[in-house]
Amino acid sequence: MLQRETVDHVARLARLELDDAETEKMALELSKILDHVETIRRLDLDGVEPTSHVVDLVNALRRDVPQPSLPRAVALSCAPDPTDSGFGVPSPGASAE
Amino acid sequence: MSNDALDLTAAAAAAAIAAGELDRGEFFELYRGRAAADQLNVFSWVAPAATGLNRDAPLAGVPLGVKDLFCIEGVPTQSGSKILEGYRPPYTATVVEKLLDAGATLLGKTNQDEFAMGSSTENCAFGPVRNPWDPARVPGGSSGGSAAAVAGGLVPWALGTDTGGSIRQPAAFCGIVGLKPTYGSCSRYGMIAFASSLDQAGPLTRDVTDSALLFRHMVGQDANDSTSVAFPEEIRLPSAQDLRGVRLGVPVELLAAEGGIDPAVRVSFEAALETARELGATVEKCDLPHAPYALSAYYIIAPAEASANLARFDGVRFGLRVEGEGDLTSMYSRTRGVGFGPEVKRRIMLGTYALSSGYYDAYYGTAQRVRTRIADDFKRAFSDFDFIVTPTAPTAAFELGAKSAEPLAMYLNDFCTVPMSLAGIPAISIPSGLSDGLPVGLQLAGPAFSENRLLDAAYALERALAFDGSAARGGGVR
Repeated sequence: MLQRETVDHVARLARLELDDAETEKMALELSKILDHVETIRRLDLDGVEPTSHVVDLVNALRRDVPQPSLPRAVALSCAPDPTDSGFGVPSPGASAE
Repeated sequence: MSNDALDLTAAAAAAAIAAGELDRGEFFELYRGRAAADQLNVFSWVAPAATGLNRDAPLAGVPLGVKDLFCIEGVPTQSGSKILEGYRPPYTATVVEKLLDAGATLLGKTNQDEFAMGSSTENCAFGPVRNPWDPARVPGGSSGGSAAAVAGGLVPWALGTDTGGSIRQPAAFCGIVGLKPTYGSCSRYGMIAFASSLDQAGPLTRDVTDSALLFRHMVGQDANDSTSVAFPEEIRLPSAQDLRGVRLGVPVELLAAEGGIDPAVRVSFEAALETARELGATVEKCDLPHAPYALSAYYIIAPAEASANLARFDGVRFGLRVEGEGDLTSMYSRTRGVGFGPEVKRRIMLGTYALSSGYYDAYYGTAQRVRTRIADDFKRAFSDFDFIVTPTAPTAAFELGAKSAEPLAMYLNDFCTVPMSLAGIPAISIPSGLSDGLPVGLQLAGPAFSENRLLDAAYALERALAFDGSAARGGGVR
């Protein structure tokens, strides 16, 4: 069973606010899923390479030629708080961490 | 226009339009009218008018449904999530652009599980989608809106995406055809990512020919997706009349897996195998010894990749922002806490845990090794068999709410589809029959880039099985 502190720690890493009820439930549900997942750790996987890609590909590089990108105004148009020069955000300084 | 037009497959409609027997504008309006009367909740957005109808192109203006997670310039795109409220992308996904260029006309965006995480289309910011065969039941997921729309006669064909079964399982639940292509054959550019090493776009259609036709115009290498590859041959329309010389393998491990296959599904599966034999195929047992471990590996790999992909939803560049305690970090956390639904939170937590310091190798590393074993199992099997066949899902469509309280029970629904996703190989689901009035799906999987052969085999089976989906087509509208 996952400890509540572990759930809190992971939620902090994921920048995900959970209320008390969600945290309780999450501990229970994640524990059940992790118990099921444990089955793969019984396998003998010595010397097996991890899959990095399912299709045999060598590096796929495009030619190094500059291409037009999204105009700044268009890129900013979807943002909740666009400013003249970029994306507006609250001050990082006041962080609780 | 008579409702006979509704009985046309997309390929037949395209041919009728090209021959001057069907008016493309009227055909579009027929479907737009039905979309307006949608009672299955399949659409998140319906086009106010047809665009691009005047061009002569192979797809002839036939209306297309597109799963919400495909970005389309200027069109609301939320991937079924509250966190993308108000988002209208400034660019269009490559496969959508290719299909519009080939003459498809956008009818609407279809509902899905949030960020494609789910097997029932109940985890959707716009509410659950219903199954046209029985509105008390789910359409499957995550491409449930696309599947229900096609089966319910609300759109001739639709685009979906498949990460662990999200095209095939809803196709099975709704009695239609769904193809998950070889990984890399279609560009992922402009698809809102769930698990990048698994996500693939594919068609959901009334029949196998329609799948081949839509897929033909989707494939291709794209400079904007470095994992895309050039498909080695042109996609042909299927024409096989029989299965002579085709060797089908039935994986013993999957049929005996935990939870098991529902007896009614097994009856339909055995009957389909008998039909395959009558068509000249040989059917034998085969071994995929690591297939029973696929689900566990998948539920590490997919959430791990999702936890990284979904880091971009932070209230800064697009969508929802919820202010926190006045600082940046609490704004991130609160935006994500309010914007994501319970299943997405669960997977982000699971993935973050699996990737966190001290657990990475034990979980993610192990899962990626299991993945190698699974891909090797398939390679071995394909030296003796042309295709692997399984039921697509262990049950027919279940009732709304039946599994939403038990995440693990929902996950177990994917055990026949996940192994192929991990191996990156193509698989198709076709209807094998009805069981108590609900469709059952048959899955065929082949080696990478075997789509032409796979579509041919599915086509021969489809003709022999003669599944009739017309009963559901009335179910979609008021």
